[in-house]
Amino acid sequence: MTVTVIADAVIAGLLLLGGGFALIGSWGLAKLPSLMSRLHGPTKATTLGVGSCLVASVVYFPVHGGVWTAHELLITLFLFITAPISANLIAKAYLHGCHTAPGEQSMMAEGMPDAAENGADWATFGYDDAEEDPLSVPTGAGGKDPSA
Amino acid sequence: MIAAALIIAMGCIALAMLLNLFRLFRGPTPADRILALDTLVINSIAFIILIGIQQTTTTYFEAALLLAMVGFVGTAAYCKFLLRGDVVE
Repeated sequence: MTVTVIADAVIAGLLLLGGGFALIGSWGLAKLPSLMSRLHGPTKATTLGVGSCLVASVVYFPVHGGVWTAHELLITLFLFITAPISANLIAKAYLHGCHTAPGEQSMMAEGMPDAAENGADWATFGYDDAEEDPLSVPTGAGGKDPSA
Repeated sequence: MIAAALIIAMGCIALAMLLNLFRLFRGPTPADRILALDTLVINSIAFIILIGIQQTTTTYFEAALLLAMVGFVGTAAYCKFLLRGDVVE
């Protein structure tokens, strides 16, 4: 009996924590000023919130459903692995958009630090001078043509 | 106790999904919309899990797992399309 009460308290706490963190992450997504800062909310707070809900589910089903399930741990592991990867991809796509739409630079590049002095660039592109870059491919595979 | 916490958590996640929809329609750049869609998928996974807890059934876990995988693949495909102009090169 006491074990059930403790488990109920743990489940309720985890559920409240999960809902709160998911709400905080999405609030940050809606409120923060630029995309680079907007990335923080969903990748950290929302992932933790969903993880809390899934852990609550892991605790709930042996106590009240009578079955042990490992699916939630699988989902949690998958989300925790994929959240940074998708954040990295979104940041790359954003930086790529900053380059290919220079007219919107002032609106899109808000909150970004200045470029490096030697022509090296962020994430998606190499040096401007292709001959000095040992990693560049002569056919321009790393170039700025999006249809390449 | 669990029922009340479930209601509160469901309300929080529904509000979070509304905020994601706001960013999805508002977002100035395509990357904002991709981020909003990704967060919307993650929040819907949490909502599905909460419904599963409320009904005490394990049927919904497969749906949540599939949604997690499809959401990640969709985000990666959208970003790849923005980066390279093509999804599969």
